[in-house]
Amino acid sequence: MTIIYMLLSISLLVAIIFFVLFVFSVNKGQYDDTYTPSVRMLFEDELVKEDVQAKSETIKETSVNENKK
Amino acid sequence: MVNCFHCGDACLDVEITHDEKSFCCHGCKTVYDILHDNDLSYYYDLEKTPGTSPQEIAGKYDFLDNQTIVEKLLEFNDGNMQIVSFVIPSIHCSSCIWILENLNKLSASVKSSQVNFPEKTIRISFSSEENSLKNLVILLSRIGYEPYISLDDSNKKEKNIDRSLIYKLTIAGFAFGNIMFLSLPEYFETSEFWLDQFKPFFRWLMFAFSLPVVFYSASGYFTSAYKGLRSKILNIDVPIALGVAVLFIRSTLDIMMDWGTGFFDSLSGLLFFLLLGKFFQQKTYSYLSFERDYKSYFPIAVTRLFKNEAGKTVEEQAEVYTVEKGDRLLIRNNEILPVDAILIKGNALIDYSFVTGEAEPITKQSGDKLFAGGRQQAGIVEVEVLKPVSQSYLTQLWSNDVFSKDKSSIFESLTDSISKRFTLTLLTIAFVATIFWLVVDPSKAFNVFTAVLIVACPCAIALAAPFTLGNVLRIFGTENLYLKEASVIEQMAKLDTVVFDKTGTLTTNQKNLITYEGVALTLEEKQLLTNTLRASSHPLSRSLYSILDKNDIQTLDEFEEEVGKGISASFNDNSIKVGSYEFVGSYDETLTEIKNKTAVHISTNKAYKGCYIFNSEYRSGVAEVFENLGKDKEVIVLSGDNEGERERLESMLPKGVKLHFNQKPDDKLNFIKSLQKQGKRVLMIGDGLNDAGALKQSDVGFVISENTNVFSPACDGILEASNFNKIADYLNFSKRGVQIIKWAFILSLFYNLIGISFAVTGNLLPVVAAILMPLSSISIVIFTTIATQYIGKKLRMNINKKN
Repeated sequence: MTIIYMLLSISLLVAIIFFVLFVFSVNKGQYDDTYTPSVRMLFEDELVKEDVQAKSETIKETSVNENKK
Repeated sequence: MVNCFHCGDACLDVEITHDEKSFCCHGCKTVYDILHDNDLSYYYDLEKTPGTSPQEIAGKYDFLDNQTIVEKLLEFNDGNMQIVSFVIPSIHCSSCIWILENLNKLSASVKSSQVNFPEKTIRISFSSEENSLKNLVILLSRIGYEPYISLDDSNKKEKNIDRSLIYKLTIAGFAFGNIMFLSLPEYFETSEFWLDQFKPFFRWLMFAFSLPVVFYSASGYFTSAYKGLRSKILNIDVPIALGVAVLFIRSTLDIMMDWGTGFFDSLSGLLFFLLLGKFFQQKTYSYLSFERDYKSYFPIAVTRLFKNEAGKTVEEQAEVYTVEKGDRLLIRNNEILPVDAILIKGNALIDYSFVTGEAEPITKQSGDKLFAGGRQQAGIVEVEVLKPVSQSYLTQLWSNDVFSKDKSSIFESLTDSISKRFTLTLLTIAFVATIFWLVVDPSKAFNVFTAVLIVACPCAIALAAPFTLGNVLRIFGTENLYLKEASVIEQMAKLDTVVFDKTGTLTTNQKNLITYEGVALTLEEKQLLTNTLRASSHPLSRSLYSILDKNDIQTLDEFEEEVGKGISASFNDNSIKVGSYEFVGSYDETLTEIKNKTAVHISTNKAYKGCYIFNSEYRSGVAEVFENLGKDKEVIVLSGDNEGERERLESMLPKGVKLHFNQKPDDKLNFIKSLQKQGKRVLMIGDGLNDAGALKQSDVGFVISENTNVFSPACDGILEASNFNKIADYLNFSKRGVQIIKWAFILSLFYNLIGISFAVTGNLLPVVAAILMPLSSISIVIFTTIATQYIGKKLRMNINKKN
């Protein structure tokens, strides 16, 4: 039954590791903003590069209309 | 009606079609171009019409050329790498986050940028060799994300976020869980060979776990109890600290002497629940600030004029604090005057809306005195400083003692008042029981004494208020009343006097109740008027223009605007003059009474026609609010304006409402003080900086805000203007909340009674304490939560019925 000592110390060690990690992450400010990361993770990783050639060919038209009501 | 592809506003005056999309202005189109050319069109895919129209910023950020100012704004600077944080009020959607975090695509100098959405801030690290801070700010402004930089930023302290409560809670929770596991075998009191072998080991392990709980997690209670005792107040922390100390000492003795397991499980559980209550009570609205003073509104720098050696006048960007009496300043359009000054050159049109709540700007001629806090709205003016920033008419209000006091420390909370009686009763019971056992069976006396103090530890009482108030706070949040902290609710329940500011609080910011008096205008004249107003940028012209029919837009033959006076224009032989009474050239003396009102006078072909009178519009439900509040409270109106509106107010408000006019900021503060001297508990409801003193002095100070994103002075709560007519309901709701706390007290006293009956008979086993303590705590939490949700539902039903 002396194995209990070992089991206990292992379980305590694991618990303490998690505890320290949690305190560490709070200290780093990881819980200061809980909203933005949830939005950020939905963004595309890389911007979709358009074909530069095709882009320059599209002619931009600009016209100004006065709205009359 | 077409909506702008960028900002989503309706394209009213012009519609710019560009790249097959519609834009409401060139600013929006430019932003679109910038983003499109940099392959950032994903911005528009993420959300529909996510943008904000960029504002005119020419010259606005020249002060960022001044290195001392830049240094103050920077969070970190190692010569090359610089880090800066800005508040950007226009952050509002996921597209905003995306574009701001992809700033490096727009400027290679940006190494990283991170948005904190709830706080509406961005933190940018950039290389100062490649780009200056000024260019960065200009870039942000050009894409419609103009940072808000104010005097407040100049004394940036190291942001010290207090996270100690989270640590304390974590430690208590961690210890609670582990100790529970370790003490479980002993709950059943079976003697078993192996269990007996490990008993001492388990017990000392529990002791080790309880050490950080007692000496770190509970430290706040010990210091608070000590402070309370020193100022002769028996606050709730006294019995808690006593209970914790007794628990720890008794338990340690228990395991040392091998009397039993001790109460380490109850000890850690108690602190875990208590701290959980504290944590729950904190509900912060991170994008709102309740501590603002004039500093977060004033600019960080001004343009100072001085003569150089060659005798030429040179402009210089000076920090506001370095401005002294006699300096010449240049105030541009839309800049805020941070000092009291005399107008030297130019025509001033000063908007004091942040100070007084008055939306209509005031015209000033050279030689006139200007007060700090006004926003110039018509061109550039030159002024000479009379008083520097810290001594101006407005800012000296903050030197009043009120602003150095902490309101919440003065008042005695409901919990503290009950704890006084509770502690005395508890100590009496403990001593009586001890004396009794000393006579009957001295061996049990120590046991009983400690057991009483342990079991009566007012955990449930201490939890009743935080959980009720925390819930009520959240319900108020959904009703758009944002409170600074939970203790405000208890204060709200005790109020018996309500003081309103008039301008901006009872009235809306828009003056759109416009009536015409005089000779009716012909259709031709009306058209001429519309066309004339169209070109004017004066706020009154804009609001008048918005109500007139707009057809047949023509270009005028002649148009001239004299700042502060009016406009003259002509078209097809017809001439028109629009503006002040003197300007339009009327000699009709019978109209003098109208002169005092806000009005736009009109004359055509040199004949006076009449005037449009602008009446400040009162918020909907003002009379009803006064009626409801007047039932059990005294209601007073305190206005900084002259008596012009007295009659109108008197006719509108119920009888018995006292009206006071011509109140300076200091007067308002002193008025509240004198009410409090009479023993009244005062709620002040205001909006502008001139109310700041009164808001601070009052027991509860609320600010009415049309837009919670913009500035509001220091207060206890911010109420959205749309919910103005529900103030009486909210005050009643806070009363019900306090009622719930009282019920919860009774419930927890009942638990204490059960516990004490175990304790005084000397039968308190650790397992009983370990069951009773969490049971009472949890049932209190459940009771308060259900009860507050119930009254919250009733509040919403009441409000819905009214609408």
